Amino acid sequence: MDRDRSDPVLNANDEWAIEEALQIAERTPDTEIVALCMGPDEAGSTVRKALSYGLDGAIQITDPALSGSDAAATARVLAAALAGQEFDLILMGNQSSDARTMLVPAMLAAHLGLPALTFARHLEIDGDVVTAHRETPAGYQVVRATAPVVVSVVEAINEPRYPTFKGIMAAKKKTIDVRDLAAIDVPATQVGLDGSATAVVDIAPRPPKDAGRIVADDGSGEVGAKAFADWLVEQKIL
Amino acid sequence: MTTLVVVEHDAGTLGKVSGQILTAARGLADDVHAVAWGPGAADVADQVGAFGGSTVHVFDDPVVTAYATRPQAAVVAAALDASGAETLLYPADPFITDVVATVAVAREAGVITDAVDLASDDAGGPVATKAIFGGDMISRCRVKPGRLACIGVKANAFAGEAAGGGPAEVDVLDVAVDDAARAMEVVEVVEQSSGDRPEMTEASIIAAGGRGLGDAEGFRLIERLADALGGAVGASRAATDAGWYPHQHQIGQTGKTVAPQLYIGSGISGAIQHRAGMQTSQLIAAINTDGDAPIFSIADFGVVGDLHKVIPALIDEIEQRTS
Repeated sequence: MDRDRSDPVLNANDEWAIEEALQIAERTPDTEIVALCMGPDEAGSTVRKALSYGLDGAIQITDPALSGSDAAATARVLAAALAGQEFDLILMGNQSSDARTMLVPAMLAAHLGLPALTFARHLEIDGDVVTAHRETPAGYQVVRATAPVVVSVVEAINEPRYPTFKGIMAAKKKTIDVRDLAAIDVPATQVGLDGSATAVVDIAPRPPKDAGRIVADDGSGEVGAKAFADWLVEQKIL
Repeated sequence: MTTLVVVEHDAGTLGKVSGQILTAARGLADDVHAVAWGPGAADVADQVGAFGGSTVHVFDDPVVTAYATRPQAAVVAAALDASGAETLLYPADPFITDVVATVAVAREAGVITDAVDLASDDAGGPVATKAIFGGDMISRCRVKPGRLACIGVKANAFAGEAAGGGPAEVDVLDVAVDDAARAMEVVEVVEQSSGDRPEMTEASIIAAGGRGLGDAEGFRLIERLADALGGAVGASRAATDAGWYPHQHQIGQTGKTVAPQLYIGSGISGAIQHRAGMQTSQLIAAINTDGDAPIFSIADFGVVGDLHKVIPALIDEIEQRTS
């Protein structure tokens, strides 16, 4: 969830995870897709948005004590919420659009004792064998594991669809399974600011920069290029 | 105080970022250890020593590259035990982050990602500085006392400075890789070569292109500019969505965050989603026909002009001045 905005929005990276789940369900009959979200009450609208894509159900973990949880505490809560649930695949975005730590998928997998096929830009499922192409700086790595597995996806994996009107209307009628910490058996001391392993010392706005030097080119490219090269020399790049 | 550094190497040749992080570690601890895995790991001992490391813990069994994440996590855990380190520094790279995340769960450690600066604090443990909210805010954070502190350090945040030490002592780790750790098999590694260019996340100079390039052919211009400066090629989401350049080069909120010494954005307007991926660059330059493009508000230097004219002329200028 993006706390930067006044309205909670579905994390963009999670939209690709939802799209991938829908495509898998279209290829694989009897697939059930359930959304899992940890977030404050207001995140209910985000869960509803997820449901509007045509998911079968949703679980929302919400509790005032969760506020300020770091990635480790978040992974602990998600793992606890999944205890006792049956699943073959956990799909998630590779990072949240606000904190962007990229930690939660691997941490969740570690809690559950499952393989983490992270940064997937392509996914194949053959029976219970899951194959992912993990994006690397220089290409990709093909990895294979047997379900159940945790998969995190990157933007390149698909093009998310828009919810249909029918889906939006159906989502309004669906029940979200809302649970608090007690329901998933996580002590409040293990979450939130106090239960997190990291702490913020202080936060400050980025110091303002001096205004840059902007040069207008004359249309030939030469004036701009010469000024640019002069600046590169000044900055000791050249 | 001991700090353990996860170092990366290519068949025994230490990566540039590893030298930077070993340098950062010297500022935090009086004893710096390193951990390296994979074939050739022990060959980094000279280089680790030159950057001030006293010991390198190695595990060169190919099992660590044949199976992803869990075997490497077992190696890091063994090196933590062997070194007794209270702090673990690692390159803020996605795959190593997975490894550290796995270790952190088992140790109930705290993890701070994408640090651009580190300071020692009398209260115990390092304080890390990082950009948050797309680089608009700067946060200082720490791991709570009594817990292992794992801190991911961004490429180019520190200059690598050799300390002139002799070879580090090599400690060969004995790591048991059990069946559970072999659950994820690496079937194939596919390189989609970007030629001799540096990786975008490690490069000290990045030339990036966007919608203003007009088509995929426009990226040949960006590649030539990158090559003239010895830099990497980046792209805006508009350019990767259009299929003009591969997705792994995308800089921005849903792509990669980069912080090179110099970023040059051409034909990129500088929408907030793109700025979130590059505004912590040390120097920002821009070329755009639209003088009102938001990128100029964060640029140290800008040219308002046609990139198809300016870039070829700029490449000529660079070649003249460096020949």
